[in-house]
Amino acid sequence: MSSPASTPSRRRGKRGRDSNPPTPQDARSPPSQKRRADDSTSTGDLQPMSPSPPADVQSPGDALFSSPPQFRHSAIPLDFDISSPLTYGTPSSRIEGTPRSGVRGTPIRQRPDLGSVRKARQVDLHSDGLAEDIVATEQSLGQRLVIWGTDVNVASCKEKFQRFLQRFIDPVDKEDEDIGLDLNEPRYMQRLKEINMVGEPFLNVNCDHLRSFDENLYRQLICYPQEVIPTFDMAANEIFFDRYPDSILEHQIQVRPYNAVKTRNMRNLNPEDIDQLITISGMVIRSSQLIPEMQEAFFRCQVCAFTTRVEIDRGRIAEPSVCKNCNTTHSMELIHNRSMFSDKQMIKLQESPEDMPAGQTPHTVALFAHNDLVDKVQPGDRVNVTGIYRAVPIRVNPRVSSVKSVYKTHIDVIHYRKTDSKRLHGVDEETEQKRFTEERVEMLKELSKKADIYERLALALAPSIYEHEDIKKGILLQLFGGSRKDFTHTGRGNFRAEVNILLCGDPGTSKSQLLQYVYNLVPRGQYTSGKGSSAVGLTAYVMKDPETRQLVLQTGALVLSDNGICCIDEFDKMNESTRSVLHEVMEQQTLSIAKAGIICQLNARTSILAAANPIESQWNPKKTTIENIQLPHTLLSRFDLIFLMLDPRDEAYDRRLARHLVSLYYQTEEKMEEEYMDMAVLRDYIAYARSYVNPRLGEEAGQALIEAYVDMRKIGSGRGMVSAYPRQLESLIRLAEAHAKVRFSEKVETIDVEEAKRLHREALKQSATDPKTGIVDISILTTGMSATARKRKEELAQALRKLIQSKGKAPSLKYQQLLDDLRAQSETAITKEMFEEALRALADEDFLTVTGKTVRLL
Amino acid sequence: FDVLGECWIKVSYAVHINILVSAAQNVPNSDWEKKVTEYFKEKLKENNATNWVPSLNDVPVHYLKPNSLVKFRCMVQDMFDPEFYMGVYETVDPNTNARVLHFGKYRDVAECGPQQEIDLNSSQTVTSERQTFYCVPVPGESAWVKEISFLTEPVFSYISASQARVSPSTSYTPSRHKRSYEEDEDMDLHPSKQKEQHMGSGGDIHGCVEPKRLETEASAGHQVVSPNCSPPLDLNFPLPGEKGPACLVKVYEGWESFKVNDVLEVFGVLSVDPVLSIVNSEERDSSSLDPMECMDTAEEQRVHSPPASLVPRIHVILAHKLQHINPLLPACLNEEESKTCEFVSNFMSELSPVRAELLGFLTHALLGDSLAAEYLILHLISTVYARRDVLPLGKFTVNLSGCPRSSAFPEHLYRLLQQLVPASYHLQMSIESMNQSRFIPHKDYAANRLVSGLLQLASNTSLVIDETQLEQGQLDTAGVRNVTALGNLITWQKVDYDFSYHRMEFPCNINVLITSEGRSLLPSDCQVHLQPQIIPPNMEEYMSSLLTAVLPSVLNKFRIYLSLLRLLDYSISDDVTKAVEEDFVEMRKNNPESVTADDLHKMLLVARFLSLSAGQTTLSRERWLRAKQLEALRKARLQQQKCVNGNEL
Repeated sequence: MSSPASTPSRRRGKRGRDSNPPTPQDARSPPSQKRRADDSTSTGDLQPMSPSPPADVQSPGDALFSSPPQFRHSAIPLDFDISSPLTYGTPSSRIEGTPRSGVRGTPIRQRPDLGSVRKARQVDLHSDGLAEDIVATEQSLGQRLVIWGTDVNVASCKEKFQRFLQRFIDPVDKEDEDIGLDLNEPRYMQRLKEINMVGEPFLNVNCDHLRSFDENLYRQLICYPQEVIPTFDMAANEIFFDRYPDSILEHQIQVRPYNAVKTRNMRNLNPEDIDQLITISGMVIRSSQLIPEMQEAFFRCQVCAFTTRVEIDRGRIAEPSVCKNCNTTHSMELIHNRSMFSDKQMIKLQESPEDMPAGQTPHTVALFAHNDLVDKVQPGDRVNVTGIYRAVPIRVNPRVSSVKSVYKTHIDVIHYRKTDSKRLHGVDEETEQKRFTEERVEMLKELSKKADIYERLALALAPSIYEHEDIKKGILLQLFGGSRKDFTHTGRGNFRAEVNILLCGDPGTSKSQLLQYVYNLVPRGQYTSGKGSSAVGLTAYVMKDPETRQLVLQTGALVLSDNGICCIDEFDKMNESTRSVLHEVMEQQTLSIAKAGIICQLNARTSILAAANPIESQWNPKKTTIENIQLPHTLLSRFDLIFLMLDPRDEAYDRRLARHLVSLYYQTEEKMEEEYMDMAVLRDYIAYARSYVNPRLGEEAGQALIEAYVDMRKIGSGRGMVSAYPRQLESLIRLAEAHAKVRFSEKVETIDVEEAKRLHREALKQSATDPKTGIVDISILTTGMSATARKRKEELAQALRKLIQSKGKAPSLKYQQLLDDLRAQSETAITKEMFEEALRALADEDFLTVTGKTVRLL
Repeated sequence: FDVLGECWIKVSYAVHINILVSAAQNVPNSDWEKKVTEYFKEKLKENNATNWVPSLNDVPVHYLKPNSLVKFRCMVQDMFDPEFYMGVYETVDPNTNARVLHFGKYRDVAECGPQQEIDLNSSQTVTSERQTFYCVPVPGESAWVKEISFLTEPVFSYISASQARVSPSTSYTPSRHKRSYEEDEDMDLHPSKQKEQHMGSGGDIHGCVEPKRLETEASAGHQVVSPNCSPPLDLNFPLPGEKGPACLVKVYEGWESFKVNDVLEVFGVLSVDPVLSIVNSEERDSSSLDPMECMDTAEEQRVHSPPASLVPRIHVILAHKLQHINPLLPACLNEEESKTCEFVSNFMSELSPVRAELLGFLTHALLGDSLAAEYLILHLISTVYARRDVLPLGKFTVNLSGCPRSSAFPEHLYRLLQQLVPASYHLQMSIESMNQSRFIPHKDYAANRLVSGLLQLASNTSLVIDETQLEQGQLDTAGVRNVTALGNLITWQKVDYDFSYHRMEFPCNINVLITSEGRSLLPSDCQVHLQPQIIPPNMEEYMSSLLTAVLPSVLNKFRIYLSLLRLLDYSISDDVTKAVEEDFVEMRKNNPESVTADDLHKMLLVARFLSLSAGQTTLSRERWLRAKQLEALRKARLQQQKCVNGNEL
């Protein structure tokens, strides 16, 4: 399973296509377990049937069927005679270790995943009296054989499956594993070809395909996996060896169905699912050591060296008490080395955190993986498991007849599919997207048509936080994000689609609350505080796993919030080294790690929502943003929007605020509930837009953006400075795209650009206004200093130069003296810092040098 | 003889069996489950019948008969996986081939007679599902709660008497009465099956006799098992030093409605079958060929099926969530029952003297500081009544600063509070305790259970944090995590349980009171600086004399007061809203720096609890002004404090 071509199939386009899980339509679908059991009671009355079934079943498939005498233990009275003619191939037919020849020399491999203790049997409908109990589905075909206790007719089932393999084409359905597949050719025939080339004898079959091909066959597969899957195996092998007679495989092909839409959630498992094929998702929390399970015991007589093999039967090996050859009693000895074992592993699967109802602890279920599925998953992996659900009674004590009335349940794994393996590579984000019911989609679409949807959603966002509408709008756009663009072929790599937002402002303006809200809203959010987090906590660290003693990479908040939002509170309290990590994340969206011999680059496509407090605890309106929060401008310029959350001192505002707060304190529970509903809708709305809407720039919108950018540049050029950078243009594009997403529009239009412009301007107005001049000045954010400030600095340096020149040819000057002179000369107050800066500027021009307290001219 | 006295509690299982037998005879009758539940619900409603059921909280397990009806007041600590069991099973006599149907509900072990075998492959077998909760007694439950609920149980006197082999007292009459009752009920239930019932009465006796036999077996079994029972089992109580039985509660219906940390009262069949314990010891040495036995690790085995003598099983017939655990109040206050209404209105009428007395009591307890006492009342009746998106509303964490350090004052204050609130815990903050204790519950995947932590508490538990003992030192990683968890608990009223691969948020509702010298390092909603009027030379004496001075009846009133007011509804009328608005605008106009939205939050909280503490469910202008005044007083005090020692914030 290592070759890329046939790695376990992963779906992606698939899920996008059918947004609602199909349910078995057949009303009479799962014939209850009880009915099957009913049949079993009358075993005794069964006429022994003729051991030769119809020819087409007989041929190669028969060999498969004859492998171990696997009985449905629940279906057989305890004293059932193993050599009854009811079963094909009694053990004696295969004794003596004859090579189990399947089709032309390819050995059959047992399928412990289907339950080694059971074996399907067939019943000839003509020769017994059970005809009315058994529903033969395709009587018309003239076959009369069904697997006992079920309605599965082996021959017709096989034929149908072969037809499915040979004919199934779905040109629309694109799975990511389908690389190299011609979608207009039968899909599974290409798969078989692949098996021939690669030599991995496993055929993964998507149950959804099967369902769309033959509903009834699908139902049979779900209800009687144990009987149907071997039939499928037969069918696949027949076709395969028909086509590729010279192919040599390790063992015969095994069919692995997956994506059975039986149960998605562990919580829904109930007794009716027992012995059925189910698919559940969850997280692996523990996996056991490899357990060798004896499949066949090898015994040798100590007296005459006669050897015999005994198959496992219902989990036990019956040791022969008498040697058949020499009739000595208790002479048989177990030879471990020649017994056959299969690999087995116990795995605990826990339901994924998203599926859990609030306030309850997660459920777990045990899985048994067999043979090459052992060690396919590690603790921590998110997987979709397809398998057969089993329940086994526990005997209290073999000698006591009482039984603990509880069953042990587990799932025999047939197929694994990791859900998150793809996150580390590739740009796919739909792997974990939610499925929406049709009504829900309809509802969301209806909602999106409302003219004021943007305002509505903004209002629904954190309703308990009062006003700050533009900030909420900004965060809303952040939640939706832009479209992902790939410019790799032109050498630029990915363009960031995530919007980063910084909130700064007075303490107590519910910044943290807003962050908490966002963190709770998005499925993959992380919340950290700048105060307590270190660079490693944010990125990744290497540690020794206590169990395996291997070095493992533990990912931090930024990596964990890949495709989500990382909320960082107290951004300003973060130390320098931690902050430096963010530079890469916030533009390149990757994280490079070089630690303990692990050098790698992880994706960190996360939006960052940060909150910072002003350095002086209260926002100083006389200072620029940079000066207030003391963050490097290199970092600030990476934020698309920087908002100030200030405490407005305005009577009308106070009044509204008061009313809002008072209402919080007596509203009843029900009214709150309504708003909770909104949160769920909002969540779905965002999830839907993020996964299904991918707006592209329209012609007009493009023009509008160009204009907007040119306008921004113009503003500054009038005053002889740069007022906008390409980064701002990119921000505008992102915001416009996000706004188009809000409208569920596939095309970015002018209104989107307008809103993006407005919001961008609004944010700039708040954060990039030069307090000295009152002019919005982007260079505050891009270079950390307003243009006027720079000009002033320049002027001061020139003044100083003049002053020094006027002093004549003195080679050195006293520092303090110079400062005093300058102060005397200037009308404005000159601080020591300003003076030093001016000196430095002159030193850079090689005009002078400063050594200690003296200034030397050069 | 005492079969009669055992009333229907003992018989409950036998009654079951009766119905089962009748059901077994005509299998399609699937109503029987419903009938049983209805029957018991009916029973338990009557005449304080609940009081007659022995409680596992008070009576040690070995005094209770297996298969009898018991009740248990507990908190759900963990939820195990649902289990499938044999709802109906069939036994076969290998000799005669006679088949008998049995019902597996409400039991752990599918029993069968000595000559019988269970037919695992029977077509009649019905598999059903049930859910197991791991329940512990309510953490931090005050002694008085236990005492009072214990005393209100007349059944106890009987049980302890008879089990302790004291000559049976004559207090049987009520029981006998109940017995006849039960029979009547049965008749009513199955008027058509009177004959069967009569036959069943024989079964009754059988049902009562057999458990006895089992019991002796049980004790014998334990003696055998205990020597090889290696390390003691951790019963996973959230708080250290807790005692009491932990129970595996098996719920048969409606388990989705229960959550972790819910406080439940369950009525069910007690199962302490010794076979359950034998399973454990046997399974380890039995042949390893059975593939099913290697499924769980030894730890998991230990945790999920501990010896029944240590962790009894209760098969729930009836379970309901408790709003509160105060035994002095009717269990359910929302119900439109005349009795509870009467109780509430009676109490409300005499509310103000109780409040005054309580205020006086607390003032003394707080060394004569009436303002702090006022705030303490508000704190004690606070409860999170709603959540707005992430913001919990109604939490009122008080930081009582300025506590005298030397006199162990916080310790004694806690002891007083313990007398008032139904559940509480005193957390002594010290570098050591912060670094070493386990605050956050975390999932142990090896044993597959949620290992409890200090912060896994039931709703409305009082958590008193004492910061005065905190010394200088270094918090390690665990310590920092613990402090963060405390901070989160206070600010958001939630605890993030650690599931190692992810965290899960569990909302909680815990009243936190912090006693400290200066301002607490933990966040709080409101800091009250204590101004002691008197410093008693002997704090212990002072406090205990304070407690003895209060009549028990008055103390009970305090208890009712605090529990009851928490459950009241509250509203603000439109014109008061207007007034508050005006006020706020006015305050902001005068001094925008000092009055922020936060302050308004606080004032509204104070006003809410102030109104409630006086039994008023709407805010009046006067209360609003009083709230403002209180806040002003409190702030003035803080300001003053700031001036006194300048380094204090």
